[in-house]
Amino acid sequence: MELADVKQTATEARLAALSLPEGGCLAAARQAAVSRVQTMGLPGRRDEYWKYTRPESLTAAEVTKAAVFTADEAPMFDEFDRLKIVFVDGVYNAEASDDLSLEGVQIDRIADICSQDIHWAKDLYGVLEARGQSPVARPLAALNTAFAQDGIAIHVTGKPSKPINLVYVHSDEASDAILHHVIRVEAGAEATILENGPAASRFNKCMEIDIADTGKLHLVRAQGRDHERRAATHLFARLGTESVFKSFTLTVNGILTRNEAVVELLGDDAIAHIAGACVGDGEFHHDDTVFITHDAVNCESRQVFKKVLRNGATGVFQGKILVKEGAQKTDGYQISQSLLLDDDSQFLAKPELEIYADDVICSHGSTTGAIDEEALFYLRSRGVPVAEATDLLTLAFLAEAVEEIEDGEITAAIVARLEGWLSRRR
Amino acid sequence: MLEIKNLHVKLEDEDKQILNGLDLTVEAGKVHAIMGPNGSGKSTLSYVLSGRDGYEVTDGSATLAGEDLLDLDPEERAALGVFLAFQYPVEIPGVGNMTFLRTAVNSQRKARGEEELSAAEFLKTIRAKAKELKIDADMLKRPVNVGFSGGEKKRNEILQMAMLEPKMCILDETDSGLDVDAMKLVAEGVNALRDEGRGFLVITHYQRLLDHIKPDVVHILAGGKIVKTGGPELAMEVENNGYAGILAEVS
Repeated sequence: MELADVKQTATEARLAALSLPEGGCLAAARQAAVSRVQTMGLPGRRDEYWKYTRPESLTAAEVTKAAVFTADEAPMFDEFDRLKIVFVDGVYNAEASDDLSLEGVQIDRIADICSQDIHWAKDLYGVLEARGQSPVARPLAALNTAFAQDGIAIHVTGKPSKPINLVYVHSDEASDAILHHVIRVEAGAEATILENGPAASRFNKCMEIDIADTGKLHLVRAQGRDHERRAATHLFARLGTESVFKSFTLTVNGILTRNEAVVELLGDDAIAHIAGACVGDGEFHHDDTVFITHDAVNCESRQVFKKVLRNGATGVFQGKILVKEGAQKTDGYQISQSLLLDDDSQFLAKPELEIYADDVICSHGSTTGAIDEEALFYLRSRGVPVAEATDLLTLAFLAEAVEEIEDGEITAAIVARLEGWLSRRR
Repeated sequence: MLEIKNLHVKLEDEDKQILNGLDLTVEAGKVHAIMGPNGSGKSTLSYVLSGRDGYEVTDGSATLAGEDLLDLDPEERAALGVFLAFQYPVEIPGVGNMTFLRTAVNSQRKARGEEELSAAEFLKTIRAKAKELKIDADMLKRPVNVGFSGGEKKRNEILQMAMLEPKMCILDETDSGLDVDAMKLVAEGVNALRDEGRGFLVITHYQRLLDHIKPDVVHILAGGKIVKTGGPELAMEVENNGYAGILAEVS
């Protein structure tokens, strides 16, 4: 099908502004991704999948400048015992990073996987992204595969003693970063990956995650508190038999954030939980777009997304559960809820279920509401001031999503950030 | 302690007068009971005193130890010493009972310029008080009132009362939804809090709660005002003859 002229022009303009990195063993993968972008075209306003989120600033040839955010608090996860990998404006920074050796895991830069002959990474790069282009096109992810400047390959072969923390640093107000990470978790292996920090003025990040039978991966990321960022992120995960993938994302502030997660449950008895909590005030647009495919027996998936919005902030949720023929005993759950703290904010939700098996449990719900006045009065009647009572109820609203994090220490760190955000808005 | 004069209250959203010149004085150390038929304004009185939205005071006053209550926010009234035990305690998913209570206790202390309770002091106190009310550790950890039985909810109200040590306790139909054993337990909790410095206003339909919480004074509320005041024997009269007899007598 021929692309509409406007779209084609925009796509060509964006491609012309980028240059393909030295390809090496990934040259074919990158070139194929360029072709995918050319065929699909970059997202436009009229695309159904971009109905609620304007893609222009994510696809424009020129990056919109964004002020570098200076936080008045220590970076997230700073106090954790972790292996730190730092990217400044989307480029790996060896000096700021820890030594990459850790028992149970092999870590390499994407730039080195050809010279180091890292087979699994070569075989994974761009593969899950390409799979994820059907049935819904995700052109920004293909753009990422083609033009990613940097990224990390994490091979989990055992149970590393500490989490691997990808730390993003924003230093240039015109930075336009494209990062592509690949992760492979072997049978019986288990790891936790943490991500945090303002990454760039415009950030396009793609993470491909391949989890072998019985492998486990926990991913916790914290986006924010930079106000002016524009970010499009994609998670592509493929799960084998009895494997587990749990992802939680905290989003604080940000003019535009689109987080897509594309998960395929391909082995029996696999479990995937994708959760997110976001808080936005004013010029804030946050979009969670999730697509989970059940293609095996007795798998479990959960999508839990909560958004707190005020002063004209917008939240978007597009979540789908696709249960393929034969994926019996599927247990799928999806909830998306927003708490609107005033009349100016809005929440747009499109929950979808598509089921081709007859012995499944799938439930979904989507709600939007204000603070419960009954509960607020109850708390105030016990002496809790109205601002504090509102915060308590707001945190309570977010609890179901936050509880998806298994680790208590990480949960506490996330809750502390949420409390900080709320207290700054008293 | 609590002094209500000529209180007139209407609903904010509709033109409906609920209280029509209610006068009531509750002295420190005393237990006053208010009885009355459905729709007489009992719950409205408790909500107006605790500061719930939706009511408009058109005339009259209410003071606690000389301080005007009606212009204050609910949390300010609480810090002054007003406590309402709800007829239907609210379930608050996601807020732990313990967190809630500690926030409440310390908010009130802060508002009064007192030092906040440390986590250890708080824990010690709440454990002792919970034990007296047969509230187990699990109930303290659970979200506020979520999944609690009717009896557990009411015991939780009394636990809050015990922790907050208010000057003026208003019990709104605390007996509703309770079996005899649960009612006894709640009544014991209330009786343990009876003190020279504390007033009680017990709102109820039935005399049976007053068997356990013995009132000093009983009022009959009808049509938005106190129509009759007497001793405990007045409650027996309601039990035996119903409200109809009394109302006919005073009209």
